[in-house]
Amino acid sequence: MTKQQFTKIVGIQLLLLCTLLTLSFLGIILFDLFSKGYSALSWDFLSTAPRKGMTQGGILPAIAGTALVTLVATLFALPFGVACAIYLNEYAQDHWFTRLLRASIRNLAGVPSIIYGLFGLALFVEALHIGASILASGLTLALLTLPYIITTTEEALRNVPNAYREAALALGATKWESIKTVVLPGAMPGILTGTILALSRAAGETAPILFTGVAFYTRYLPGSLLDEFMALPYHLYILSTQHQSLEQVRPLAYATAVVLLGMVLLLNLSAIILRIRYRNLWKTSK
Amino acid sequence: MENIKIAIRDFNLHFGSKHVLKNINIEFPANKIVALIGPSGCGKSTLLRSLNRMHDLSPDARLEGDILLEDLPLLHPRTDVVAIRRKVGMVFQRPNPFPKSIYENVAFGLRLTGTHTEADIRTRVESCLQQSYIWEETKDELQKSALQLSGGQQQRLCIARAIAVEPEVILLDEPCSALDPISTAKIEDLLLELKNRYTIVIVTHNMQQAQRVADFTAFMYLGEVIEYGPTDQIFNQPQQMLTRNYVEGHFG
Repeated sequence: MTKQQFTKIVGIQLLLLCTLLTLSFLGIILFDLFSKGYSALSWDFLSTAPRKGMTQGGILPAIAGTALVTLVATLFALPFGVACAIYLNEYAQDHWFTRLLRASIRNLAGVPSIIYGLFGLALFVEALHIGASILASGLTLALLTLPYIITTTEEALRNVPNAYREAALALGATKWESIKTVVLPGAMPGILTGTILALSRAAGETAPILFTGVAFYTRYLPGSLLDEFMALPYHLYILSTQHQSLEQVRPLAYATAVVLLGMVLLLNLSAIILRIRYRNLWKTSK
Repeated sequence: MENIKIAIRDFNLHFGSKHVLKNINIEFPANKIVALIGPSGCGKSTLLRSLNRMHDLSPDARLEGDILLEDLPLLHPRTDVVAIRRKVGMVFQRPNPFPKSIYENVAFGLRLTGTHTEADIRTRVESCLQQSYIWEETKDELQKSALQLSGGQQQRLCIARAIAVEPEVILLDEPCSALDPISTAKIEDLLLELKNRYTIVIVTHNMQQAQRVADFTAFMYLGEVIEYGPTDQIFNQPQQMLTRNYVEGHFG
């Protein structure tokens, strides 16, 4: 074996090792959470509210809160983000202003989530008088996901071949008609995939909802968008660090983590399924 | 020349500082096929795309002079570009059916106006697929994705899609360059059939193709029309040295 061949083999093995190591972290996390939370997982755990100072009962209000707040975030962020991306990719000319816009959006993606939380508190809760609520938290999470949605939507729009735009225009479509009937449907799977991934990230965030609506404990499910709510990530934080009898609620904390992770993985799975369908739709083209 | 469909007068086109088309004066007769030939980069596709204002998409394109479709001034800023594209259809170099069903591809242009009933659309789709000689192959699977068709079928579908909006002129930009000889022959037969109803302008790299289908041929070089006349004359008794050299294959 020459020295070159040797280096090559060692190099590839090293890369493989890094990959496996990364993968093993996910495996360890999953195994650890599941093995320690398994005993507390039950249908009751998923379908009832906490009881007796959160030492018993389930996490239904937290599941509902996280689902609702994510839904509100989607309803605001998706149309807004897609509109921005359509403007940037389809209409805006390439000059200093649009370059500045793009750079700003990239920087927005880098703003720490606690700052979004404080911003949400100042804008939605205080200035707009929405109060600490699902709506205020949802809007804050929408802001957080917006730059990701804009970026992935732009990417998805860019991947729609120009030939489709030209074909539509040549048939007498206006620019907007060509976007509406050809470009957007073509980009839709990519847009949805990106949005889902951004939302699965947002669903697990604690800082943005901390000041804007999440509650320590609510006995009932939220009745309106202006109610405070429980959320899985915050509930997990309480159970693991703030509860008066930490040892007693430890299994509940693990089980909560499993549920949160399960929700996020479910979202990611739907993104993967969408992506596969997307590939099948477009790759039949010769 | 009888019955002029398109008249191009003193037409110049710049991309930024590049002078791409120079003083083009040429007329295309109705219900004939005109071929634009010339080496790569001579401006033949650029000229073709001027006829349905496709250059509106490039912000740095500057068009000067007149292009008349009968008496409609195509370059006039007040002429509705959407109306132009409904009168002047286009088929592109690579077949580009939408990732929709065969049926929806042909129905696309009809749905845009929103004035057709579904029954009306169905009749038109069938008639256009028949005119494009692709009906027999697709009639039982109109709901199949157009992307599953072969390249030649896709291109005939694109022609069907273009004639569905009843244009007066059809522009074809090297429509067969991505196709095999059998598919090419089918498209050529189709064009000869279609010229009874439409005026056709075709850009081609293939000189045999020009001789097979075109009534008139224009030879372009470096952004100018060097010679224009009946196809037979351009290929057999060219008046210009440059044309002779090109059609005899000395450069290309």
